[in-house]
Amino acid sequence: MSHVSGGRLLVVTVVGHDRPGIIAEATGLLAELGANLEDSSMTILRGHFAMVLVASAEVTAEEAQRALDTLSDDTLSISVREVPHESVQAPVGPSYLLSVHGADRPGIVSTVTARISAVGGNVTDLTTRLADDLYVLVAEVDIPVAADIGALREGLADVARDLGVEVSLRAVATDDL
Amino acid sequence: MSWLPALPAGRVREVLRAPAPGLAVPSVTVDPLDPDVVALAADLLATQLASPGCVGLAATQVGETGRLFSLDVTGHPRARTCHGRFVLVNPVLVSASRWEKGREGCLSVPDFTGDVKRATRLVVSGQVPGTGAAVTIETDAFEARAVQHEVDHLDGLLFLDRVAGAHALHPRRVYL
Ligand SMILES: [Zn+2]
Repeated sequence: MSHVSGGRLLVVTVVGHDRPGIIAEATGLLAELGANLEDSSMTILRGHFAMVLVASAEVTAEEAQRALDTLSDDTLSISVREVPHESVQAPVGPSYLLSVHGADRPGIVSTVTARISAVGGNVTDLTTRLADDLYVLVAEVDIPVAADIGALREGLADVARDLGVEVSLRAVATDDL
Repeated sequence: MSWLPALPAGRVREVLRAPAPGLAVPSVTVDPLDPDVVALAADLLATQLASPGCVGLAATQVGETGRLFSLDVTGHPRARTCHGRFVLVNPVLVSASRWEKGREGCLSVPDFTGDVKRATRLVVSGQVPGTGAAVTIETDAFEARAVQHEVDHLDGLLFLDRVAGAHALHPRRVYL
C-alpha cells in the first residue's frame, strides 16, 4: 500500500439519486488525479446514494472539484474540501452497542445520544432507519473507563420510558482469531 | 421425531408488529396441562403454518404472556439437526456454545433483517403442552438460532436488541 505522505487531505461527499456506476466513476476520476483513497463509507438513505471519502492527493480541492463536477447534475451533488491531517484518536474506553427501537417520534436520537455524551462517551458509528412507524437506532459507542455504566443504564432506561422506546446497551466482545 | 400429542385445532391469531408494546413484555411460567395453554400451543402452530416463511412463533408475538413457542425448521437449507414441528412450554436455555453471526428476520419486524451472533450448539429444556412431560433438546445450526430467537421474544427482546453493529441492520430486500 502506497501513501502520499505530506500531501493534501481531501474530503469528498457525493449525495444524490442512486444509479449503478457512481462509485466506479467518482473513484476513477480521483485515481486519474493521482488521489489515494484512504477511508470511505457509502450507504443508501431512503433511496439516496450517500458517500463520504477521504483521499490524499497532490491536487487542490478546487482541481478535484472541477474534475468531479463532470459527474454531478441536478440529481447528484459532489463537493470536495481540504481538511487538516488529524492524528487518530485513541478510544476513550471500551466499546458498547446501543440499540433503540420504538414508535417514531421527534428527538429520539438527540435525547439518547445526549445521555452518552453526558458521561464523556463518544459515538463512533451510527445507523438509524425508519420503516412505517418503527424507528430503529443502532450505534457503536466508546464509554470512558471511569464512567458509571450502571448509572448510564439507569439514565437510558429513564429516557426510554419517557420516549416510549426500548433501549439496550451491551458491551462489545472482540474475538481475536 | 415428534413428541407433540394431538392438539385441538388451532386458530390463526393476529401477529403483533413492532413497535407494539406487547412485544417488550416478558413472559411468565405457565402450566403445560392448562387447557388454555394447550389451546394457545395449537394457535401458535396454526398461525405459524398460515404465515409463509415463518419457522417459529412465540406467544409474545400474538399478545400472550404465557412462556411457550412453536417451531418448525423442516426443510430449511441452513438447518442440520431438526426436531420437526413442536411446541415448547417454559423453555430454559441450558447451554450455548460456538457463536456465529447470521442474518435473521422476524414476522414482527417485517421491514428489517439483522446480523445477530447466536450459539450454533444449544441445549434447551422445557415441557410438552398437553402432557407436561419434561424434554431436553440438543440442537445446532439454524434450529439453534431459531430457538434463541423465540426465547428472546419470551424475554421481551427482538433481534433489534442484538444486532452486531451499526452496519448490521438492513432494510428487507424485496426483489421485483
Ligand atoms: Zn421473531
